[in-house]
Amino acid sequence: MDAILLQILNGLDKGSAYALIALGLTLIFGTLGVVNFAHGALFMIGAFCAVTLQKLMNLSYVTIDESQTDFLGNPLKVETPYIEAWFGPEFGATIIDWSVPLAILFAIPIMLLVGYVMERGLIKHFYKRPHADQILVTFGLAIVLQEIVKYFFGANPIQTPPPDALSGSIDLGTMIGFDPNAIIYPIWRLVYFGFAVAIIGAVFSFLQFTTFGMVVRAGMADRETVGLLGINIDRRFTIMFGIAAAVAGLAGVMYGPLNPPNYHMGMDFLVLSFVVVVVGGMGSLPGAVLAGFLLGILESFASTTWATTTIPGINQIIIYLVAIIVLLTRPRGLMGRKGVMEE
Amino acid sequence: MLGLNKKDTSLLIIVGLLTLLAPFILNPFPEGSAMAQFNAGYPDLMQRFVIFGILAIGFNILFGLTGYLSFGHAAFLGVGSYSAVWMFKLLSYNIIPAIALSVVVAGLFSLLIGFVSLRRSGIYFSILTLAFAQMSFALAYSVLSNPKFNLTNGETGLQVYADDPQILQGANAPDLPHLFGLPMRATYTMDVGAWSFDFNAGYYLCAVIMMVVFYLSIRIFRSPFGMMLRAVKSNQQRMNYTGLNSKPYTLAAFVISGMYAGLAGGLMAAMDPLAGAERMQWTASGEVVLMTILGGTGTLIGPVLGAGFIKYFENIFSKINDNVLHGWFAFLPDGLEDAVVFLIHPFIGKGWHLTLGILFMLVVIYLPGGLVEGGQRLLNRLKRKKTGTDDAPSGKTEPAE
Repeated sequence: MDAILLQILNGLDKGSAYALIALGLTLIFGTLGVVNFAHGALFMIGAFCAVTLQKLMNLSYVTIDESQTDFLGNPLKVETPYIEAWFGPEFGATIIDWSVPLAILFAIPIMLLVGYVMERGLIKHFYKRPHADQILVTFGLAIVLQEIVKYFFGANPIQTPPPDALSGSIDLGTMIGFDPNAIIYPIWRLVYFGFAVAIIGAVFSFLQFTTFGMVVRAGMADRETVGLLGINIDRRFTIMFGIAAAVAGLAGVMYGPLNPPNYHMGMDFLVLSFVVVVVGGMGSLPGAVLAGFLLGILESFASTTWATTTIPGINQIIIYLVAIIVLLTRPRGLMGRKGVMEE
Repeated sequence: MLGLNKKDTSLLIIVGLLTLLAPFILNPFPEGSAMAQFNAGYPDLMQRFVIFGILAIGFNILFGLTGYLSFGHAAFLGVGSYSAVWMFKLLSYNIIPAIALSVVVAGLFSLLIGFVSLRRSGIYFSILTLAFAQMSFALAYSVLSNPKFNLTNGETGLQVYADDPQILQGANAPDLPHLFGLPMRATYTMDVGAWSFDFNAGYYLCAVIMMVVFYLSIRIFRSPFGMMLRAVKSNQQRMNYTGLNSKPYTLAAFVISGMYAGLAGGLMAAMDPLAGAERMQWTASGEVVLMTILGGTGTLIGPVLGAGFIKYFENIFSKINDNVLHGWFAFLPDGLEDAVVFLIHPFIGKGWHLTLGILFMLVVIYLPGGLVEGGQRLLNRLKRKKTGTDDAPSGKTEPAE
């Protein structure tokens, strides 16, 4: 029992990332009808927002402390981050410690802007072109974004540690009545899961309970009629693109502490996220979220020793295998609507 | 000639001459001169030109004719390489059985994948092929290299070891890939004044094979079968309504294209008897797509041009560094020179992929027909200037749908 629970928990963090990226992908597909191969790059840019903020916060000036000496006997050079100088050493250090969560605030405007520029500058011109062209141009864009990040940040993964208070693990098992040490789980993964649920909830309630969201949903159902009613649906869809970019970016910001960001992390996730979208059903938001968590958990079960000894390598291919089976037996995906991209 | 019309014959002859004379054409700068680093006439690079040319020609038969965008072609390339190396290990270093097996195995593999993937079309097809290719990559990388059943040798890559059976390997046969005793690495260097030209056996083998498959692709393009594939691209639904089952045609195109990829993989192994899993990764599939689009989808010569273009500039751009740039812009005032070099710096050396990505985007946005369309437009413009009259806007008709 506790082993099963542990595997489910282990699948949650990857599942959250899949769900968030797939949610953005399917949001873009449902509104604009564009297949965005650059969505993984947006996830990566989000992660590098956190890296940038961390670097900015650690900008320091050097003072020479005459009272201390280093091992050569020279006066010790002390680096003080500007943040600590401005806010006092205690509070400044706390801010630096919490740089990853703070990067959320930093990343939201950046990601909205990136999404807006991408849609207006490039993708707008591709609505009338075939899907193959959309795939190709966004694929090219993904390469370009990835290479730009590589140019500025290098090819090596960059550590973005979580705040001290949230690093380490807790014994979840004792809280719900299992033996001690049965289920030990890193705190940050729980944080990531909670964060993902919050974001998904926010997106869904935005679409469900606001007038703006209502118009967007109407536009997804029948764009032309909404346009004929005198509503500027294109502008709203552009904003939705920005929101989808922000969702992917935030998923990236918080993912940093789980896996140090490198420039090709986006591409690694992109292929899997596409699979998730297809399994969930193209254009279906709940489908994307459900499939994201489902595949994440499935992957974690496939990685257990029992599974890998029964069928060697199952952990490597399970997601693709599921995708192939779903695509062939249930062409619409788990929750796809009738008539949306069946061919 | 050979059942081709005049235009195609001349195209074939031009391509033939270019490939046969490549050692001269690609080495225009004398040895030891400042420009010598832009020579591309060394065997390794020339082999890559033609091998990737074969791969792109094959990809074009699928994507250019039927419009099915496969993101998994690297899988066939990898399978071809693995089969070829296995032939080296089991039989002998003679490349004939190796290449034959790589084509056959890739054909069977693509039959299997194509049969399943072609049940869907459009973006689903792309994702299915991508999923299959990623799966093959993952399997080749991990599972198929376990000690009991080591098919791929995992991360190290499959290679020939001294204790391999090689049952047909004669006592006198060279200990590296050869064609009936002629080693693929054999190179004859001709020195003419300051120039030196390399004639490599492996390159000429690949070049001849490329000519053959290029001829085959022309025949396919001009055949009723090719016509049927084009019909699939323009409107598959209408074809199905007329009561015609298009699946056998698309499947045939997929398998042919997979066999081309297998051939390319086999040749790759024949030039360098080593097969690694990274050949199957989806970035490798993406590269083929780039080549075909850049050159011109659906045209005969486009994919070859694209493959040559990408491989050539990949090689050249990676060699340019800041010192070279400073040399070029030395005529500018110092401050300006530094500024220009600083601006160009991100795009050269390791930044080649950035340049490639930007170039690719520009081509997709402005020149959907690739380099071939660009060349045609340029020619038309020149022609118009010569005659001095503007063509009247042609009455282009759109299908009523």
